[in-house]
Amino acid sequence: MKAQGTRIGIILFLLLAWLAAPGPTACMGGQAELILATTTSTQDSGLLDVLVSSFEARTGIFVKTIAVGSGQAMALGRRGEADVLLVHSPEEELTFMEQGFGLRRRPVMYNDFILVGPPRDPARVKEAASVKQALSSIASRAHPFLSRGDRSGTHVKEMSLWSQAGVNPQGAKWYQETGQGMGQTLMVASEKEAYTLSDRGTFLALSSRLSLDILFQGDSSLRNEYHVIEINPAKFPRVNATSARLFSDFLVSKEAQDLIGTFGLARYGQPLFFIMGGPDQMPR
Amino acid sequence: MELLLEGLSKGVSLLLQGDPEVLHIVLLTLRVSGTATLLSLVVGVSLGALVGLSSFPGRSILMSFVNTGMGLPPVVVGLFVTIFLWRNGPLGALGLLYTPTAMILAQAVIATPIVAGISIAAMQGLSDKLRLQILSLGATRFQVAWILIKEARLQLLAAVMAGFGGVISEVGASMMVGGNIKGYTRVLTTATVMETAKGNFDVAIALSIILLLLAYAITLVLTQVQQKGHGA
Repeated sequence: MKAQGTRIGIILFLLLAWLAAPGPTACMGGQAELILATTTSTQDSGLLDVLVSSFEARTGIFVKTIAVGSGQAMALGRRGEADVLLVHSPEEELTFMEQGFGLRRRPVMYNDFILVGPPRDPARVKEAASVKQALSSIASRAHPFLSRGDRSGTHVKEMSLWSQAGVNPQGAKWYQETGQGMGQTLMVASEKEAYTLSDRGTFLALSSRLSLDILFQGDSSLRNEYHVIEINPAKFPRVNATSARLFSDFLVSKEAQDLIGTFGLARYGQPLFFIMGGPDQMPR
Repeated sequence: MELLLEGLSKGVSLLLQGDPEVLHIVLLTLRVSGTATLLSLVVGVSLGALVGLSSFPGRSILMSFVNTGMGLPPVVVGLFVTIFLWRNGPLGALGLLYTPTAMILAQAVIATPIVAGISIAAMQGLSDKLRLQILSLGATRFQVAWILIKEARLQLLAAVMAGFGGVISEVGASMMVGGNIKGYTRVLTTATVMETAKGNFDVAIALSIILLLLAYAITLVLTQVQQKGHGA
């Protein structure tokens, strides 16, 4: 009895010693921190890792990246829970700025949205002359279409494209919402042989795992612009405006723009994003 | 099938290479879930001893709360902990959101009812005569409780295993309150979700295998302690 009690005691002691020992989690205190709320597309493509580690190395500011949809990122910004946003939902961003939540909004980069679907293309999207026509064609054939359904930038874009096409897909049996990020939605679309709207970056990053093809692209209304927004410290005193400004400046600096412009080139043979910012770009 | 084998070999090679990022993720997972389990042990066993060994008005209501809490959905815990820890929330001044501490808090909230529930059952399973006998030998209330807790150690270790198993495999709350920040709050479950979203299924499978091995190793040690106690 006694020996066994000692054994448990020793084990508990070791456990406590291990938990109390200084470790990798104990080193972040006191440093300047920055909460960046951004979209899953920047994280899933791998671009974010490159940008954040370069920024951290240059400034010593620790970036807490929260990867959510553009809608949720802006919701965090509206509550002052983030310091800076990197999002792609231009219309909602403008409302956000008008309501005074953002201090400054600057263009960073763009890529484009593409319509992907099963290679045999049952809804003949390939033959469409415009994205409107492509969507009408899917709707009229009632072929399964997957929507993100998560208020992300891609979802908002998709809804505006449907309304331009004069189709209201809500409630239709062929129109389904995954409520998940782009990567997951593409995988579900691949499994269900459905069409979906994707950003080019996430699709390229995943394409070797998917049985989906790009069926429609190049329409001017498919442009996907990313902006960096600093949260207005006048609204939320706890916002770290200094670090947010540094991060925003960094994203439009030559160093970051070079990183963005060449990202993915080696792996996919084409860049995933095109640069749009620059040090001389006027804020708007 | 091919993918599973690919993941298996990737997992083994990640472990053997001692990839620093994976190592960090593994250590953080252990630290967060281990600390949360210890916290839940302290609170849960105390509560278990209190409720299991005494009677007071409202006791059955408290027990029904504990029993409901044993099935507390982690995402619900995550949501409420997030709301409390928001910068502009009630505990915002502490600056805890998106830190490992926040994850420990959320996981402790998830594990405590599990530990408490099993502890209550363990205490109630002890013979009443034992308690009276200890009391008759002149023990104080605290000493009685301590002896009975030692007496129920087999079931209490089962409570620890259930609590630890619950939190180390949990993803919803950890994602919400921790934010899956690289090198800081990324644990095995949240990293697995992210790698799956990226389409890196081999890495995701590798991480899953590491998680399973880890959970198994810890449970193995605890089971050995438990069964040795049983044999003695």
